[in-house]
Parts: sequence; C-alpha cells; structure tokens
Amino acid sequence: MPAWIWSSITDPMIGTANRGLRAIPVWIAYLLLLLPAPVLFYMGLTGGLGVEPIEALEHEYGELALKLVVLGLAVTPLRRWTGLNLMKFRRTIGVVTFVYVVLHLLVWMVLDMQTLDAIWADILKRPYITVGMTAFVLLVPLAVTSNNISVRKLGPRWRVLHRLVYPAAILGALHYILLARGFQIEPLVYMGVILVLLALRLNFGRFRDLVRQ
Amino acid sequence: MAHRWKPDLTQDDVTPYRAFLNRRQIVAGGVAGLGLAAMGAAPARALDLEPNDWEEITSYNNFYEFGTDKGDPKRHAGKMTTTPWTVRIDGMVDRPGDYDFTDIMERMTIEERIYRLRCVERWSMVVPWNGFELADLLDMVGVRPEARYVAFETLLRPDEMPGVRYNVIDWPYVEGLRLDEAMHPLTIMATGIYGKTIPNQNGAPMRLVVPWKYGYKSIKSVVRITLTDKQPPTAWNKYSAREYGFYSNVNPNVDHPRWSQAFEQKVGGGLFAQRVPTLMFNGYEDEVASLYAGMDLVKYH
Repeated sequence: MPAWIWSSITDPMIGTANRGLRAIPVWIAYLLLLLPAPVLFYMGLTGGLGVEPIEALEHEYGELALKLVVLGLAVTPLRRWTGLNLMKFRRTIGVVTFVYVVLHLLVWMVLDMQTLDAIWADILKRPYITVGMTAFVLLVPLAVTSNNISVRKLGPRWRVLHRLVYPAAILGALHYILLARGFQIEPLVYMGVILVLLALRLNFGRFRDLVRQ
Repeated sequence: MAHRWKPDLTQDDVTPYRAFLNRRQIVAGGVAGLGLAAMGAAPARALDLEPNDWEEITSYNNFYEFGTDKGDPKRHAGKMTTTPWTVRIDGMVDRPGDYDFTDIMERMTIEERIYRLRCVERWSMVVPWNGFELADLLDMVGVRPEARYVAFETLLRPDEMPGVRYNVIDWPYVEGLRLDEAMHPLTIMATGIYGKTIPNQNGAPMRLVVPWKYGYKSIKSVVRITLTDKQPPTAWNKYSAREYGFYSNVNPNVDHPRWSQAFEQKVGGGLFAQRVPTLMFNGYEDEVASLYAGMDLVKYH
C-alpha cells in the first residue's frame, strides 16, 4: 500500500485523537494514573491480591512504575513517528512514575524488610537492590524539578538534567531482570522496549541530519 | 514400617477443613468476633504450629511447569492428567519397573504429617500433608547396597504444561537426595493435604516432602525415581550452582546470594505481618543435624 493511502487513513484518526487528548484536563490524567495506588492497597488489605499481599503489592507498584517509564519514554517517539501528541501529559506521567517508585520502595522498606538494619544490609549487599536504589536516587532531582519555576530557572540545563531518566529506566529494568528466578521473559521485554525507545532517540538525530543533507 | 517419626502435633491440632470453612464464612460475613471466639477454643499447643488454610496452600504455589506467577499453577494445573499415573523406579534396585500409582497406594500406609515449609524466596507455610514414608517405597523395591543417592524427575508433558514453552529452567525438573536423607523418617511422599487428594498445583498425584530443606527440593508430580551411586544433577543447581546447592538445607546463617535467609514471611498474615526468624534446618535440627555432622554447611549449602 502506498504511504499516502496509509496516511490518508491514519492522519484523520490521529487528528481526532489529538483533539480528544487536548480536551482532557491534566488533573483528570493525574487522577486516572494515580487511582490504582489506593485500589491496590485496598485489595492488599482485603485479600484481593492473594494470600501473600506484601510481595504482591510490592510487585504491582514496581511494575506500574516500569509501565509508566515506558509510556513516558514513548511520548517523544510517538509524536515524531505517528503524530500522536501526548506532550501535555508528559510531566504527569513522570511525576506519577515517581509516586509509584516511592510506593514500591515504601512497601519494600516498611512492610517487607521492616527493620533499618535489614534495609541497609540489602542496599549494600544485594546487587538488584543497589541497582534499584540507584534508579530511585537518579529520579529524585527529576521529581523535585518537575514544576514551572524549575523549568524557567534551569533553562536549557533542565533538558540535560531530565535525561537522567534514560539511565534510571535502564537500571529499573535491570533491577527486575536481576531479581527474577530462572530465565523469565517479562523483565527482558521491559528492557528490550526501553532500549528500543532510547535507540529511537539516537537514530532520530542522525536521521534528521541525513535528511538535511 | 510406617510411623517411624512421632509428630509433636496430633490430629487435634489441625484446623478441621469444615471448621476452617465455617470460620472463613463467619469472618467473610462480617461477624469477626464469632470467628475469633472459635479460634480461641483451639488447643493452646496448636498456636505453635497452626497449619495454613486450604486456600493459602492451594493458591500460592511455585510449579514453573505451569507458569512463574504464584497463581499460575492453580490456574493451569487442572489440565494435567494424573490418572493413570506410572512411576518408573530404576537404577540400583532389586525390583526395577513401572509402578502404577494405585498399586503403590495399596501397599503404603498413609499418615498425616504437619510440617513447616520454607521456600528459598523467604515465604513459609505450615502444611498438614498426608502421605507415606519414602523409606517404605524404597524398601518395597529393594535398594541395592551400592546405591548412595536417589534421583527424582517430574512429569514433562508440554501439551498440558503451558510454562515449559520457555526454558525458565532446564526441563524436566529433576531433584536428588543422599540415600540417608531419602531414608530419613521425616522424608515422605505426599499424596494428600487436609485429608483430601493432593491438588494438581501441589504436585499430584505424589510429590516429595523434605521439610528441613528449601521447598524446591520437594519435587512435585514425580514420574521417575532412580537409585544411583553418583550425586544426581538437580534442576536449580544446574541453573545456578552459586545460588542453589545440592543440599539446600534451610539455614538462617547462609544467605542466598541475592537475599538474606535469616528471616521469613509466614503466608496468611496479611499486609502487616511481622517477619519471623528462620530456624536452623527449618526447626528440624534435633531430627536431622546428625546427618551433616562435621560438614561445612557453607561449602555444602
């Protein structure tokens, strides 16, 4: 099928989607993305997460954080390659990702490890915990600067600083791969998708240069 | 010769299946006070080792042939055909052959054994197994004097096991014990839980239970038992010898390389359950420590 036929079908669809997205207030996006947090906690309290809710809740929050990382990294490639515009919600996605990372960490510290000794020992001794904690530390300055004042004050440095999400995303997926028992597909899929989304950025720069020549 | 081991808990200590159901219905109905009163009437010694309930034991399982999620075995293990079931017993035995499971059951004495179960992943349960002593089965086939180890193998039937599409580990699942471990009175082949036929996700129709070792040693749905004079390969050890030793005795002082084994989480305690210290040999030190006298338990983890 020639590309122009394809785009004559998809362009109106993308246009409609973008108009629909523009109509959604940002606070609705926050609400929808944060809703699973209390719902999962309630399920954990009431048996909805099975007979071992601590581990289940820890994993649910962690996986949601990874899914949101993927979504956040997809915003730019989606706009460039398909025209679908989620830019308006990029900060929302980023901030909510951080919330789930913090919840994941809190469940691990308070409900799972339970003592400071155990927490500290694991951070130092267990590679998958060290990797996960490093990803969290990288995300802290991003969360702190996710506001208009910081964007203005930091100027061009803001964009550079926020590239820390790239190593954080890779470390997040690595954290998942390292804790799996046996050869498991799902953690590898997350790593693969994240690497592809990052590679698209590299290639896009080169591609643009080629087009200009 | 069954009944080699005298349990410190009796039938009275098991939460009866019917009472357990009633209790849950009462609690589910919102009259929690009544449920608590019923629990308070249980014998005091049962508090020490109260078995997990049927739901906990049969819905939270590791049986990777059916998927790696804890709920996968319950979801998918129903597809596994367990009748007819044949166990090949071979190697250094006097009477090797293919033994029908029903014939084995006719010749074995079924007892109840309430055992702790400690998973290498740090969770634990208490399970009221029904089964027979492995020593009785080995006596039935006659172990030859040169045998030193017992190797076990799980069923591998890809059209009934969605989890084996991926080589999570090297299939079929295999395990092994030293002969003295296999002959130990604590070692049983379980065929039931709470007096009912063992569900597929728990290893139907017959699975090994070695209560002083991490759960993965207690191989499920056994189709082959081989007596040998060489230490047999074991599934998780082949995957990572550093993380999973041949012995795999529960030991709070020897950490898994990726996490501490000093504590465990009892399944069923809810979201705010306190961790409890893990016991040496999972609480069976008096019974089994002599098997490993003089051995370096770090080297032979």
